[in-house]
Amino acid sequence: MAERVKIARACGTETGEETDISQIVPINRQSWKDKLRAYTNKPFSMAAMLLVMIAAAITVGVVLWILVYTLLKGIPNLRWSMFEWKWTSSNFSVIPALFNTLIIAGLSLLMAVPVGVFAAIFMVEYAKSTNVFVKIVRMAAETLSGIPSIVYGIFGRIFFVDFLGMGYSLMAGSLTMAIMMLPLIMRTTEEALLAVPDSFREGSFALGAGKLRTIFVILLPAAMSGIISGIILGLGRVMGETAALIYTAGAPVNASSIAGLGQPGCTLTVYLYTMMTEGMHVGEAWATAVVLIVLVVLINGAAEFVGNKLKKEYN
Amino acid sequence: MAEKVVSGAETLKRRQKADVKELLMKIIFIIAAVAFIAAVAVICIFIFAQAYPAIREIGLFQFLFGTHWWPTIDEPQFGIAPMIVGSCYVTAGALVIGVPIGLLTAAFMAFYCPKGIYKVMKPATNILAGIPSIVYGYFGLRVIVPMIADIGGGSGKSILAASVVLGIMILPTIISVSENALRAVPKNYFEGAVALGATKERAIFRTMFPAAKSGVMTSVILGLGRVIGETMAVVMICGNSAVFPDSIFDGVRTMTANIVLELGYAEGLHRSALIATAAVLFVFILIITLLVSLIRKKAK
Repeated sequence: MAERVKIARACGTETGEETDISQIVPINRQSWKDKLRAYTNKPFSMAAMLLVMIAAAITVGVVLWILVYTLLKGIPNLRWSMFEWKWTSSNFSVIPALFNTLIIAGLSLLMAVPVGVFAAIFMVEYAKSTNVFVKIVRMAAETLSGIPSIVYGIFGRIFFVDFLGMGYSLMAGSLTMAIMMLPLIMRTTEEALLAVPDSFREGSFALGAGKLRTIFVILLPAAMSGIISGIILGLGRVMGETAALIYTAGAPVNASSIAGLGQPGCTLTVYLYTMMTEGMHVGEAWATAVVLIVLVVLINGAAEFVGNKLKKEYN
Repeated sequence: MAEKVVSGAETLKRRQKADVKELLMKIIFIIAAVAFIAAVAVICIFIFAQAYPAIREIGLFQFLFGTHWWPTIDEPQFGIAPMIVGSCYVTAGALVIGVPIGLLTAAFMAFYCPKGIYKVMKPATNILAGIPSIVYGYFGLRVIVPMIADIGGGSGKSILAASVVLGIMILPTIISVSENALRAVPKNYFEGAVALGATKERAIFRTMFPAAKSGVMTSVILGLGRVIGETMAVVMICGNSAVFPDSIFDGVRTMTANIVLELGYAEGLHRSALIATAAVLFVFILIITLLVSLIRKKAK
């Protein structure tokens, strides 16, 4: 407001007379009534506007519906005994399945992160984008990210479980998930590296650092929050994945305790699936779904928080 | 302070060592990039190699267009036509429900939404994207399926139920990709349209959407890919009977459901036929990926 007054004064002094600010009426301002009249004159526009509003309301409504319904059904069934160390047919503990999930997530990230990050470094720092090899790698990454999880599952079953003889095991599940996560890690790392200003690179080179030192000492630390957000997203991906894990990590009905690497073990989602297909224990299934949703929402929120930090750093 | 004197020869040696290290790491980076190509190649090779026996024995035509899937009788028949049709129906249904709502919501978020509401709506759609498909499936099974059973009779496990749930599942993809595309259109397109006398809606739907065409198309195709490949949500609510449906209240079985239902106990030819189903799915997805990259190339 103060600025506007100043401008008005400046105009006023030019023409040599004082202008009263309150008399200036903005011509581009529409009142409620003007808008309504405009819309009644153009029925198609009004219909389009209403459709947009309805669609937005449906979207919000659906989100609320799913979340509130699941929470309402699940929270009354949450009990402390669900978080006991061992699973029994009376406590329906989620802890073994949760830890299986975390083991698979940790292992697959351990394998996927170096490969994905190194590939991203190659794509951003070494390769020229017109290179044929780069185009092929990019096509491969796009294909990998498009392949449905059930196809990963069947591939894991053929390759890791049968061909390499691992059997249903956490290891086979982790390897399958690692391949599935590669494009995600590469894409987030690429974006983070591209977000680092070129002046960082130039400064580093000017100080006599080689390319390698520039990458590991300057660029990777600067891009770290983006890479970490990718890693967290990968964790969320494992949390929510089912189809790729049923036939690789296995789905033992009685998941009484945490599995070893060579043993079959069901993750939280697979555990939920077996509970659902049995059709009994509806309440426990809802409660498990709540645990799952809360974890995934927290994880994705964390990823976004870290990712936003990156954006703030350079903009 | 006395500086350490470094001879020229020593510097050269050091630099050479550094060069070797640089080269070595460059090779490692290249290997990491090659790993992507290798992964795709290995997946292709193993799936198509294991699918081949089934295709050879059954015949490609008989496999794709055979109308009976009777895997466990004495003279088994493996025709996945009902499953392909099922996948197509469910996909079409999900797109009919998801695309209009998604695109209109994207328009809302890009042009109508006040900042305060945007701050709530954006995370809300992100949450929708994060909910695991198994939870969607359970929600569909316990909430949508009974509702449809009330309306249409029968068990409620139907094309309609699967379409509704999958339509919801693709909303976040369509909304976020389309919204980004709409926001990427230069602002003066909109201003120009309004200056020429168009209403806000006319400017959005006749100027901004055509300008953002490639991004909007991409969002729809990405949604399509997600629906075709979706497994866990579908398997619980689509009814899983491998026959041609008569109406949207009939159950179907999709290709993905076929795999997940039977892979656990399948052996021999049956197993190979399931892998061949995955191969067909894989080809579908390859075509979709190709379409997306074509659209992107055209947009450039």
